Parts: sequence; C-alpha cells; structure tokens
Amino acid sequence: MNLKTFLLGACSAVALCGFANAETLTIATVNNGDMIRMQGLTSEFTKANPDIQVEWVTLEENVLRERVTTDIAASGGQYDIVTIGNYEVPIWAKQQWLLPLDGLGEAYDIDDLLPAIRGGLSVDGKLYAAPFYGESAMIMYRKDLFEKAGLTMPDSPTWEFIGEAARKITDRNADISGICLRGKAGWGENMAFVSALTNSFGGRWFDENWAPQFDQPEWKESLQFYADLMKDAGPSGASSNGFNENLTLFQQGKCGMWIDATVAASFVSNPKDSTVADKVGFALFPSKEGVANHGNWLWSWNLAIPASSQKAEAAQKFIAWATSKEYTDLVASKEGWANVPPGTRTSLYNNEEYKKAAAFAVPTLAAMDAADITKPTIKPVPYTGGQFVAIPEFQALGTTVGQLFSAVIAGQSSVDDALTAAQATATRDMTRAGYIK
Amino acid sequence: MARTVSRGSKIGWTIAAWLVALLIFFPILYAFITSLKTEPEAIAGFSLIPSGTFENYVTVQTQRDYFKPFMNSVVLSIGSTILALLFAIPAAWSMAFSPTKRTKDILMWMLSTKMMPAVAVLIPIFILFRNFGLLDTRIGLTVMLTLINLPIVVWMLYTYFREIPGEILEAARMDGASLWKEIVYVLTPMAVPGIASTLLLNIILAWNEAFWTIQLTTTNAAPLTAFIASFSSPQGLFWAKLSAASTMAIAPILILGWFSQKQLVRGLTFGAVK
Repeated sequence: MNLKTFLLGACSAVALCGFANAETLTIATVNNGDMIRMQGLTSEFTKANPDIQVEWVTLEENVLRERVTTDIAASGGQYDIVTIGNYEVPIWAKQQWLLPLDGLGEAYDIDDLLPAIRGGLSVDGKLYAAPFYGESAMIMYRKDLFEKAGLTMPDSPTWEFIGEAARKITDRNADISGICLRGKAGWGENMAFVSALTNSFGGRWFDENWAPQFDQPEWKESLQFYADLMKDAGPSGASSNGFNENLTLFQQGKCGMWIDATVAASFVSNPKDSTVADKVGFALFPSKEGVANHGNWLWSWNLAIPASSQKAEAAQKFIAWATSKEYTDLVASKEGWANVPPGTRTSLYNNEEYKKAAAFAVPTLAAMDAADITKPTIKPVPYTGGQFVAIPEFQALGTTVGQLFSAVIAGQSSVDDALTAAQATATRDMTRAGYIK
Repeated sequence: MARTVSRGSKIGWTIAAWLVALLIFFPILYAFITSLKTEPEAIAGFSLIPSGTFENYVTVQTQRDYFKPFMNSVVLSIGSTILALLFAIPAAWSMAFSPTKRTKDILMWMLSTKMMPAVAVLIPIFILFRNFGLLDTRIGLTVMLTLINLPIVVWMLYTYFREIPGEILEAARMDGASLWKEIVYVLTPMAVPGIASTLLLNIILAWNEAFWTIQLTTTNAAPLTAFIASFSSPQGLFWAKLSAASTMAIAPILILGWFSQKQLVRGLTFGAVK
C-alpha cells in the first residue's frame, strides 16, 4: 500500500466516522405547503450543523395524531420532533408528554412570538411548542359582487349584515352562492366554524361546572342562523364541504363570501390557482350586534419535542432554526415574501416588504389580534380554546356533535332535534369522563 | 352430457362478466384518471375525461423518494410470504394428512385471530417491538406480516392439500421416502398450483397491508402504503396527487397480478371440479 492509498483510506474512514457520529433527528409532520417548503430547505440547516441529520416522516393529520400518541404513551422514542396543533399542546404538556423548550437560545427572540399564539402553547409560563405557522379566521369576499349589489363591506361586520349581503348576492342562475361555509362533519371541520360562530353569539360549550349548554338560547339562535343562511345562500351539497371544497368553490368564482382560516387568503389571492385573485377583499370575523366577540378562532401548527426523545438538545437546535426570524428571511429570499409561513411573529407584520407582497397581511394580523383563546366567549368558561375546547374528550365529542349539525345542513334533521341530541350526548360523555359529578 | 349454451346466452353472460369486472376495477381506473387531472378538476365532480397532465406524477416524485418505500414493499411482501410458506406448508400437511380430533378446532382458532380488530393489540405489539428493538425495521415488519397472514395461508394450503389423495403419499412412504422427501418431492410438486396462488395472494395482501406498516415504521422500513398516506393534506388540494401516488404504489402489484392471472385462477379453482 503506498502512502497515497493509505491517506485516501484514512480520510474516507474519518469521513465515515463523522457521518456515523451524526445524530439523526426524526421529525413527524403533516403534508402542507409550509412543511413541504421546510423539508426542501432542511439542507441549509444540516449544512450549518453537520453533526445533525434530519429524516422526515409525513403522515395524514389523524394518522399523525394516532402514531405520535401511541409512540409517546408507550415511550417508543421514534420521533424527536412532532408537528402538533395548539389543541394538543396544553393537553400533552399537562400529561408530561412534551419537553419544555427552554434551550432555544438568546437569539431566538421569544418575545417576538405573537402573544395569542404564545399563550396557547405555554403551560405554567413554560413554552412547550414553537409555532411555525398560525392562523385565525376572517371573511374573504368578492369586491366586484359587493359593488354590483351596491354593498360595502365594513371592516368589522355583524352577522345581520353578512346574512343580508349573502342573500342579496346569491344568484342561482349564475351558479353563485352568497356565502360558503364549512358543513362537513368533524371537530376540526364544521365544528371549528360553528364553535366560533356560537362564541360570537355569546354561547359556550360548557358552563363553569362543565354542564353542556346546547339547551341554551345562544346555541339555538346561532345554529338556526347558520342553517337558514346555508339554505338561502349556501352552495348545494354544503353538508359535505370542508376547507378544501370551499377553497375550490371560491377560487372558481362560485362564492360571494367565504369565512374560514386566514391561511386561505394567500390561496385565493394567488392568480395561478384563483380565477378571482384580483377581486378579493378581507374583513374581520363577524360579531353579533351587541356582543363584542369575534369568535376567537386561533390555530397554529407547532414543533414540539416528545418526552421520549433521546436527542432533545439537537431537536431544540432544529426547532430554534425552523421557527426563527432567520428562517423567515431564508424562505423570503428563496421563494418570495408572500410564501413565508404566516401568523407567528410580530416582526413579520412590521416588515414593509411582507406587507407590500401580501395584501392579506394586515387583515390577518387584525384577525389574530382579535382572538383570545383564554376567553373564547363573553360568559365564563372552565376551558381554553376558541374553535375547540382544549380537553382530550373534545375530538370524539366534537365529531359526534358535528355529525348532528351536518345533518341539519343536509336537511335530514331539525335544529331543535340536533341540539337535543347534542345536549344528551355531551351530558353523557362529560359525566362518564368525570367532569360532571 | 355436455350442456349446450345458446349464442345469445353466451353473449349475455360475457357482457355481464365484463360489467362486473369493470365495476370491481372501476375504483382503480378512476384513481388513474384522477391522477391525470389538475387539482381543481379532481375535486370538481365526477368526470371520466382528464386534462391529461402528468404534473402530479412529477410533483409526487419531486416531493418524496419513491424508490426506498418501493424496495421496502418488495422486501416485506416477498420476505413475509416466504416465511409464511415455510411455516404453513408443514402445518397444513400435518393437518391435511394426519388430522386429529382437534384439527378443525385449531383451524378455527387460527382463523379467529383474524376476526379481532388489529388496533385492539396495537399497544402490546408496539411495546414488544420497542423492547426487542424491532420498531421501524424490515425484520420486525416481515415477522408481523407473516403472523397476520399465516392463518389465511394455512387455511388455503390445507384446502389444497386435502384434494391430494393420501394414497400417493403412502406409496411414496412405502418406497422409503422420508417425511422431508415426501413433502419436498411428492407433495409440493403436486400442490404447485395451490402453493403458487397462495403465494401470489399473500404477496398482494402483504403489499396492501396499511395498518401495521404505518403504525410500526417511521423512515427506514416504511413501505408504499406509508408513501401514499403522506400525500393527504389538511390544507390545500391533494386528491390528484394522492391518486398519482396510489397509482404508482399499486402499479407493480397490478402488473404482477396481470401476468400471473392464469396461475392465480388455476390455483383458486384447484380441486373445484373433479
């Protein structure tokens, strides 16, 4: 063996050892645009941190919850970082399934996180997940149709105005529905909208003693309003429409208004996908006359470290990078300001370049600022959460109630019957779960 | 006496058979058609005419690595099938040719394990896998797929073996064949059509298994079922991309089934007509 061969071999061995010593982080995530973008940019992180490798596991949202729950509950240790919503964070943190994020570093600027979002991810003052994308809900409407109907959208409209406007805009011959709203059953589908709607009507899921409130007048009023509105001004088959279906209808110019997650603003304003991109206006989630409440819809996708992870230090390093201001700058430099993940940091909404590139930036911030998940409705409640109730039982209960309400929109059930059934189901479930003594 | 079939009735039955076949195949066909649509087209409603874009296939290839889960699917389905046959052939032999009073009960008990919902044993299996270091490994998943398909394999082989006259095996024994030789040189060649169809069916079952393959894997051993699942999205449209991913995932097994259909049909009807 000559010297050259020996040196070459030695170098290879050293390189291999280096690779073998690298820590591999396994990250479980959902398939959405921001996460796909992050996967594409991961090489920037590994370049700066050669001792850390990253492997992504992309799963369907419900499968992800199931997999991660099993893994954490059985201490499987398969994931070092998990992508979870702000519904799970407080529940899982209280069960000690997540590690507190106390090593994000000084440069992270934790105070820059939007207060509403940060509050939803903290338990006892400790941050348990870092947000990479956040949203509230707002009205997206067709400025041209409003103009044609002689209407002007106020910045902060009431439900009464929305109801009138939707009926006025509806043109069945032209296949235009005045309003598109979620009707598909599910705790994260129709119940997200209906819960926020009822919050804005002054209703609540439970009173201070966890007694279900479906027998109260606020629920009857909000559900009747929703059912009548969908009947008069909604699209056909609305009971099977969720976020994606309404997005398509709006993009195809078939909805006068759509009230849904603020993230949709960038989709309906994108001329590549939307036929009405230049005709869209935005306004705050409506409130009821005399009730000062905009529904308090607040959602964020967040990165957290399961307690079973053996690589917490490297995981915190990745989370600090992926949810930092520098990451936002990186996305902007590669894909433009309109594509940066929204709704997590105050600094983004102070950025003139972002505000110029994204016409929806200011209304999005206004919607997020108007949401307070610690006080979802005007009456006192024993829970947190705006369009959901942050208790483990809510997924199952919310979906059952969602099916009852979806049947109302489909014309298979009356408002009274659905509310009576919802009250009975919720009372039974909450008693079984030990909330009602 | 041969039964005469009128020409009209033959045409009628042929059309009916084609219609039934088309009905069964339609979901796969529609997934393929949807994969050639744009996302808004895919969600717009029922239509059999796509715009013919291949963009979804390009996106699927760009976003995720297809080769690794494909290789995992190949290794897991073939590995688990071979392992299952190694256990099932002797088991089915003993039950078919040396039955006891309890044979029927054992067969029923084996089949009854398939009646339990898989999720009921998720946590114990998960903990076992964790303790033995088998999570996200091909070996662990091969064993798992073997175990879940073993009852069906044993049942199928038992049915085929029962059709083979025991006298032939007795004759082999009288000629001095050992048990091993009897199985390898006499029984197996006679049961080839049955074994082949069991093998093919088991490969298909293992290829399509979508509960354990998703629950027990993350990155290293995840097969094509996990690849498909990753294209469902909570935000934005995904049906066309999901259809493209599904088409890519089922194409290999569909082609295998197509080429081996003669063998499969021969095996499935083995012993049906004496």
